[in-house]
This record gives sequence, structure tokens and C-alpha cells, in this order.
Amino acid sequence: MSTQTNGLDRRNFLKTGLAGAAGLVVAFYLPGRREVLAAARLDGNAATPDVLNAFIQVAPDDSITILIAKSEMGQGVVTSLSMLAAEELECDWKKVQIEFAPAAVVYFDPAFHMQGTGGSQSVNSAWKPMREAGATARIMLIAAAAQKWGVDPSECHAENGVVIHTASKQRATYGSLAEAASKVTPPQNVTLKDPSQFKVVGQPFKRLDTPIKTNGKAGFGIDVRQPGMVHAVVERCPVFGGKVASFDATKAKAVPGVKDVFQISDGVAVVADNTWTAMQGRKALDVQWDEGPNANVSNETIFKGFADACATPGVVSRKEGDAASALSSASQKIEAVYQAPYQAHATMEPMNCTAHIQADRAEVWAPTQFQTPTQNTAAQIAGIKPDQSFVHTTYLGGGFGRRGWSDFVTEACEISKHMNAPAQVTWSREDDTQHDYYRPASYVKISAALGPDGNPTAFTARVACDSISRWFFGPAAVSNGMDSSSVEGISDTPYDIPNILVDYHMVTGPIPMGFWRSVGASQNGFFLESFMDELAAAAKKDPYEYRKALLSKKPRHLGVLNLAAEKGEWGKPLPKGHYRGIAVLEAFSTYVAEVAEVSVDKDGVKVHKVTVALDCGRVVNPNIIRQQAVGAVVYGLTQTLKGSITIDKGRVQQANFDTYDMLRMNEMPVVDVHIVPSEETPTGMGEPAVPPVAPAICNAVFAATGKRIRHLPIAPEDLT
Amino acid sequence: MATHFILNGKPKTVDVNPAMPLLWVLRDNLNMTGTKFGCGMALCGACTVHIDGEATRSCVTPISSVAGKKVTTIEGLSATDSHPIQRAWIEIDVPQCGYCQSGQIMTASALLAKTPHPTDAEITDAMAGNICRCGTYDRIRKAIHRAAELQAGGAKSASADENSELVASAATVSAGGAE
Repeated sequence: MSTQTNGLDRRNFLKTGLAGAAGLVVAFYLPGRREVLAAARLDGNAATPDVLNAFIQVAPDDSITILIAKSEMGQGVVTSLSMLAAEELECDWKKVQIEFAPAAVVYFDPAFHMQGTGGSQSVNSAWKPMREAGATARIMLIAAAAQKWGVDPSECHAENGVVIHTASKQRATYGSLAEAASKVTPPQNVTLKDPSQFKVVGQPFKRLDTPIKTNGKAGFGIDVRQPGMVHAVVERCPVFGGKVASFDATKAKAVPGVKDVFQISDGVAVVADNTWTAMQGRKALDVQWDEGPNANVSNETIFKGFADACATPGVVSRKEGDAASALSSASQKIEAVYQAPYQAHATMEPMNCTAHIQADRAEVWAPTQFQTPTQNTAAQIAGIKPDQSFVHTTYLGGGFGRRGWSDFVTEACEISKHMNAPAQVTWSREDDTQHDYYRPASYVKISAALGPDGNPTAFTARVACDSISRWFFGPAAVSNGMDSSSVEGISDTPYDIPNILVDYHMVTGPIPMGFWRSVGASQNGFFLESFMDELAAAAKKDPYEYRKALLSKKPRHLGVLNLAAEKGEWGKPLPKGHYRGIAVLEAFSTYVAEVAEVSVDKDGVKVHKVTVALDCGRVVNPNIIRQQAVGAVVYGLTQTLKGSITIDKGRVQQANFDTYDMLRMNEMPVVDVHIVPSEETPTGMGEPAVPPVAPAICNAVFAATGKRIRHLPIAPEDLT
Repeated sequence: MATHFILNGKPKTVDVNPAMPLLWVLRDNLNMTGTKFGCGMALCGACTVHIDGEATRSCVTPISSVAGKKVTTIEGLSATDSHPIQRAWIEIDVPQCGYCQSGQIMTASALLAKTPHPTDAEITDAMAGNICRCGTYDRIRKAIHRAAELQAGGAKSASADENSELVASAATVSAGGAE
């Protein structure tokens, strides 16, 4: 856990103007939108002229430490952000190490009004400030060297962690200059390199966290060990919204090693010397549930609710022209209903959290994507102020949106408080699958009118699903009945169609909803890009050429579409029985097109190859971009080919990987990734390659079988 | 009841419930957290260790069953991350979130010990029990092939290339190259 920082010390360190740290510390503000932060400032210190929430430290031993205020869940953020600073710092990359930031208001992300990681935006928001911070440190180190040598700074330059006086070839390492540099007045403005000078940005650097992830030393939340720590598991009501009616702990407490059994807000906690013993105690526990009003909820009732809602108009998300008139007068009209199921996140590290609640101090070690709710949750349960609550962010064994929630934090804090000891709560795989905040199940009625040339003259989509924002931010956030995350990926259709109407029914229910890798586009991309394929088929046109003609005003969509078609050998001969499908989508300002090559036989769909073309602006690290593209394809394949979460009697029917399986190596296709060169500001890659996977595969299945897949995952009966 | 076994080359005695799975003895009693809990039912492979050289799911292995046997965990695979599998994993830059990787590495190293030059089919067969939700399967496959070369000692060592410490293997990141 060497990468973690002590929350108290670091916080004071930043408040007191960086005193006490060895060497040079350059503090700066990330992500660069001061006004948002000032509005959110809670510490009453509004007079502070500058809020510095990030730093680069150059220590006398030549080490470079970069504070990372984002959570590392596999997306490579510690490496990518460090590269931005290193580009301008001209440091020795081998000397770079990182620390995760504590929880504090100064780290609020303006996108969420809290500290957190999501929306594929970390590199985008760090692009300028991280480089500026690196440049500031470099200028101060050069100034210190010039002072030492009695020369003008302009006669010196820096490379690979050393300042060099160009004429005399005198050299000084950053470490040897760090103390003197800390006394140099920081420059007011820095000029950043021209991109043609980049040495780090654009290079396929290896990840900084790879070595500790190959020897078992990376500290995940579940690996936290504190002196005197107890281990806990929790029995929760299987029905959403249900409560404990009563419980008998006699047998559970009789299990040797079980320390205590008691009720918490989520259910009944069993605390023991170790996790396995706690699990044995839980098996012996007898709980009577008040299942509440949701015990009759099922997939059937939920989807009937969606269908019923769609009988009437919803809240308008996008309206251009007059789609109704165009449809009523059209010579050819296409209509369809598409559905997507609930999906769980299934992070490989099950939910867990470790907390120590004391009278005047709360400490939490958590694999969390959102530090602010974690900090506030602990403070609230401890009955103290947020600034007495300290969050240590660990490595995350997968996130995908699940770890934006604090339900596991609440449990750990309540248990620690009751036990008056550090406590770790660990979820079983079954708990993790059955008590998630799920990707919304969704339903869409979609239609289009085609003109004489086969091109669409009107497009309508009526979406029905529950709202993630309602669950995460509260009902007030969606009081107008609209949640953009419910319609993203379809409401923003890029195709050149004169009449468009997209509306939305927020159908609320008891199944918890959450952000799931690529969020609304994960289902809406499937709806839109499958339906576009239906239109191409109705127009008797090639699906690639059809899209291409309708995207003539969208150069970045077109760029990835053409590249995917070229590299995926669209239209070229295939082995017998193989077929291709194509899809293109923008998500989080990154553009991705994919060509899938499949065959279909009695065993179902086999995906042989997925060709990915992506445009995420300027490439920061092609190694990590490729990792993310391939990983996103696997995530998309799992939702297309594997299981789904279904509800019966108010509870989730799946439990472990035997009933909710993930894609495995034997099902892994070749994934061929191509990156469009770009000079645009970098955008994220954690999520955007997920949405095109399902439609590209289903469109290939249509090419192979003539069967249109209108709900996921693909079922055997859909193929015959 | 005390159980005696060899853990990473050293004699070990633990006095726990004989039914307690090896996984939890390692993680909670011995504080060796490199071995991961993923499913508890031998469905995901995150908890894989070697027992007398065999890749074994420690989450369903009662501690009593390892009495007198040799157990190797990720912590004991090599003293300096020098096992060919670990070197190949670093060269190819395999992990993303990293949580499943201890199990992947232990399964792969057991394969390589028995099958020094595994075919793609043999790799798939050995590795299909290990889930990676981040989807690192193709880099895992590449890294196993690379580890076979490193183990044989016939291939050029990557460290001879000055740049290779910094950047991921060309096989991984070549423009347009299939993952």
C-alpha cells in the first residue's frame, strides 16, 4: 500500500502552503475550472485566492511523486496523468511514482460536483493543467541550476531529470536542485511545448502499475489489513426494498470465532475473526424478512410497465422538424421494438470496505470511484464533520461505475462503530450479483420513414426505462422527467435526417439503477445502430454505404466508419459461413466504429474478429488506448452473448458466475484496433468502445441468418 | 487442529478449523493477500495457487487437504519477479485492474511447467477457467507464448533493448496490430 497517502498529513500539507515536504513541490489546480470549485467550497475559506489541489514533488533522492486525484480501476489513469506531467517536466520516467489523493473539497470534479472518477473524462480534464504543472516545475529547477552556476536560465536546458548548461556541459540532477528550486518564485505563465516536440505524449509507455500487479503486491480494498481489524459479512433482504422483520442469532453466535451478530441498516451483520468464519455464521443465521411492496415485481411486470408507458407521448428529448407528418405521408415506414435487460457490473473484486469509526475521527480504506460520498458517509455515521473523515483510496479491482456508490462504505462504518474496532466488510460473489445498482433494463419503440431514395426522412424513438440520475443524485435532479443518461446514444443520433423526435418515459421502480460502463449508450447504441441496419436492409443498400451517405456532415464519425470498413475488409470475400456487421457511435466525445465477423451454427453465434477504429483526439498512450479498446470489446461481447440479470418475486435470479457468466478466453475473438491520428484535445477511452459491439455483432447475425436480434443477449431461439 | 504444510518453500503450521479453505487461511490468518477471492465456488480462478505444482482453486480447498503438501502462492512464485511468466507479463503489459492477475499468473505458470511450449489450444484449455472482466485474454495468450520463449532461453531477452523497459512490446502496440 506504498502508494497511499496519509489523509491528515497531506491535507494539512496542502492547506499550509506545502511546508514540510522535502525538495520542490509544485502545487496546482486540477482540472482547471476555478469558478466551479469556488462555488462548491465548503470549508469557509472563500478568501483563499488559489485552490491548489494537486502536486508534483521532486525529492532530493531524484524521485518524482505525482498526486493522482482519480481512482485507478484498470483504465490506466495513474500512467496517463503522470505522462502529461512528465512531458513538460523532462524527468526520468523511471523515477516517477504516484500517490492517490485524500478526499477533500479541493479535488471536486466539476462534472460531478464531487470528487470522483467516471464519464471517461480524466485525461481530457487533466490535459492542460498536468502539463502546465510539469512545465512550472521544470522552469523552477532550471532557474535553481542557473543561479547555482551564475548563468542565465536561457543558457540551460533540461532532459531526463538533469539540468544542463548547454555551453559548459555542467550538469545537475533534479534531486540535487530540488531544495533550491523550492525557493524560486514560480513563473506566472508557462508556455507549453508545441506538439511536434512531444517525447512522452503519444508513446506506448508501459503502465506504472504493471509490476505490482504481477507479484501480488498491488493493494486492493479487500487487501487492507489494520491492527485489531474484525471481518464481517452481511445478510441482506433478497427482495429490493425489504427489511429485517426479526432474526435469531443463536446458532450463528454458536459458530466458534463469531464475535457478534447485529442488525445494521442494510440487513444483519455477522462479525468474526476472519471472513470465512463470518460466512459460516451467516449460514447459521435465521432471518425473517418483511419483503415489503416489491415481492411481486418481475421482468414481466417491469417490461409491461415500459410497453404501457410507450402508448402515450413522453418527455421530449430532441425534436427537429415534424416527424409525425413525415411518417404519416411516407411511402415506406419501418417500426420496431427493442429491449435491453438489466446487467450487473461483476467487478472481479467483490464489493468491500474497511472502516475505523472513532469518537472524533473516521477512517475509511475503500476501492471507491467517488471519494466525496465515501467521506461524507463515514462522517455522518461517526457523527463528526467531513474534515474529520479520512479516505484512503486503494486500487480498484474493476469499477465500471459500480464503485461510485457508497453502500459498502455505509456497512463497514456501521459495523466498525458497533464493534468499536476497525472492520472490513466483504461481499460474496452472490451478494455482489444480487445487490448491485444495475444497468437499466430499457425498452424503445422506434420508427422511421424512408423516402423514394431509401434514405430516412423521419426518425422517432420513444424510450422507457428507470433513471440512473434519479437513483444517484435524487429525484430533484430529474424533476422535469428527463434523464439524459436514459436517452444518450439514441437521442443524439448523428445521421442526417430532417425530422427527428425522441421522447422518454421515466418508469420508476424498485430495482436499483447505476452507471454501467458506457452508461446509456450501452443499450441505446444497440437500439440505434441495429435499427439503422434495418433501414439499410429496407432500402436494399449496403449497411456501410448507407451510413456513410447519412454521415457526410459528421467528419469524425465518418473517419472511424471508413477506417473500420477499410481495416475490417468490408465487402471483401470471407471464409464460407462468415458474415460481417458494422456499427458506429460517439460516446463521451470519442468516436468508435466496429466491424464484427461472425458465423452462426447450431451452437449459436461465434465471433471471430472485431475490428475497432477509434478517434479519441490526440493519442496520449496508444498502449493504454489499445488495452481499453480491447477490454471494452470484451465487455460488449459479454452483454451480447452471455447472461443478463432478471427479476422474479422482487429479487435477482442470478447469483454466481455459473448463472451470470463472463466471456472467457475460449470465446475471445481477434480484436484489431486502429487509431485515427488527430490533433484534437484528448478524450476518454474507458467506455466508448463498448456500445458498437452489440449492434455490430447482431447486424452480422442478420447478414448470416436474416434474423433481426431485437433484444439482448442473443438467445438460441432468436437464431432459428 | 494444526495443519502442517510447506508454504512457498518454508514449513508452516496453522491451527484453524480443518474445513477452512486455504484461500482464507492465506488471506486472513497469514495476511498473504496476493491470492484473491473472486467467487468462492471455483468458477473464476482468482484464487489459484499451486499445490504440489498443480494449479488449484484455493477457495474450495480445505486446509486439512494440504497437510504435508507444497503450496506456492503468487508471493512465492519468484523472489524478484523473475519467473518467465512474470517477465513476459511485464513485457507485454498485461494487467488492467489487476485483480484477477495473480490467479492468471499461477494458472499460466503451472501450464508452462508441464507444457514448455503450449499451443494456442493448450493455452485456451488451461486458461478458460480464469475470468478477466477487464478482458486481457489476448495479452495473456501473447505473454504465455513469450514466457515459453523466455523460459527456453533461446529468444532475445527484451531487456537487451534499452527502450523495452519503458514501452510496451511492439507485438502489443504495433500500429493496427491485432491484440
